[in-house]
Amino acid sequence: MSFEKFGKISYTKETKVADFVKHLEEGRIMGTRCEKCGKLHFPPRADCADCLSSNMEWVELSGRGKLITYTTAHFAPVGFEDEAPYTLALAELDDGPRVFASLSKDIPENEIKIGMNLKLVPIRLLEERISYELRKL
Amino acid sequence: MSKKVAVVGVGQTAFTRSCGISIREHCFEAFKEALEDCGNLSTKDIDASIVCSAPEYDKQRTPAGLITEYLDLNPKPTFLAEAICASSSVGTRIAWAFINSGLHRVVAIIGFQKMSELTSAESQERMLRGADIMWESPFGSMMPAYYAMFARAHMHQYGTTEEQMAQVKVKSGEYSVMNPKAMFRKEVTVENVLKSRVITSPLKLLDCCANADGASCLILADEDEAKKITDTPVWISGLGLASASISIGSRKTVASLSCAFEAANQAYQMADLKPKDIDVAEVHDCFTIAEIMAYEDLGFCKRGEGGKLIDSGETYVGGRIPVNVDGGLLSKGHPIGATGGSQIRTMVLQLRGDAGKTQVERAETGLVHNIGGIGVYGSVIIFRR
Repeated sequence: MSFEKFGKISYTKETKVADFVKHLEEGRIMGTRCEKCGKLHFPPRADCADCLSSNMEWVELSGRGKLITYTTAHFAPVGFEDEAPYTLALAELDDGPRVFASLSKDIPENEIKIGMNLKLVPIRLLEERISYELRKL
Repeated sequence: MSKKVAVVGVGQTAFTRSCGISIREHCFEAFKEALEDCGNLSTKDIDASIVCSAPEYDKQRTPAGLITEYLDLNPKPTFLAEAICASSSVGTRIAWAFINSGLHRVVAIIGFQKMSELTSAESQERMLRGADIMWESPFGSMMPAYYAMFARAHMHQYGTTEEQMAQVKVKSGEYSVMNPKAMFRKEVTVENVLKSRVITSPLKLLDCCANADGASCLILADEDEAKKITDTPVWISGLGLASASISIGSRKTVASLSCAFEAANQAYQMADLKPKDIDVAEVHDCFTIAEIMAYEDLGFCKRGEGGKLIDSGETYVGGRIPVNVDGGLLSKGHPIGATGGSQIRTMVLQLRGDAGKTQVERAETGLVHNIGGIGVYGSVIIFRR
């Protein structure tokens, strides 16, 4: 399983957590939990830096969270020009970790409010690519 | 007990774009100016060099080899130091350690970047990959987007306004006209900034620094050599360097840069100084919000009051703590590998009393704050004359 399908452009081919993409295709947002110390990691990690264990289990997250901050980009790096303008956001998930992702284009810019409830959901992109985005809950 | 280490020579090219000059030629110009600034120092007096640059802006790989050949610095030791936009401050830290250990006595730090061979979008693609390429770059992240998110959080948390951010650029413009090496030498108004096109909301074009080409060179020496070389050594009295996550998703705070706060504490402690002891500062204003956050991270004002500090006028020459009186990155341009060296050059000129129209009277203690990426690397260095 390759990680190349993740996001608009993936810069990573191989990773021990490539199964994340398979779970995403099946509609689940998954993190990893360290079997030794119990720490929840999202985005998923293969290795726990807290206890140095690499024994991880996949756990499904609710995806619910709140908006911390955001920006709408009217200028884009090479490869993202056709997306602009697009909104990038940082949200804190109810499960604890924070996530950086696109904010759904379904939310008009004047309705975006820091603190608003959001849900991280899988989203299919063109050419069988897959990603996640933050939507209004 | 640390040995004393001084900056004995400084040099910098004009920062420009597409000016028909290659990286080796940029470095030569800065190096020559630094040697001449030392009086009668010659190339053979340099015991080691540290070349500072971020990769992938030009085609040259392992540039320390190329630059030292062109400057005739072989066979002395050399290597590349990289911490993105903080590269030449990190090079300065390494040089300090070399000299302090007694390994070398006179060290040259040569920082350069030639960014105009790429378009803005290509340059942002390089910077996009200066984020976490697995989990953040695939969304089209880029430097102005991250700093815009910091700005939005700062506005929400502390009530900072777009007008206050614009005031940072107004100050920058005022001093830029007095800096012949700045790329943009033009005064601007708050309205100019507010009406410039939106890049990443709430940041507009004039809230952002610009990619540039250029080089800087610093020559550091131990106490004995420094006193032989110059009558006006500027001493390094405190160094701080800290790091923070490359991904914004792992940050606990997004309205400040923890690496800067941490580095500042280290530097103040080493120099046995407090923020109120600083007479003049150079801070990493890659975006207007970055200068406001720097005021707070460095302790020039309370947390959340950076916007009020720029409003107060206290960061102008004649104020309580003049900041970026060379125009800063916002006006000078930001050839990333050269920027830290350029900031230190400004500080050395200030502490020697050689800063001309922008001279801060009786400046004895100065601070340089240089940040890599989205606050991944934070360097704070304190200098005394």
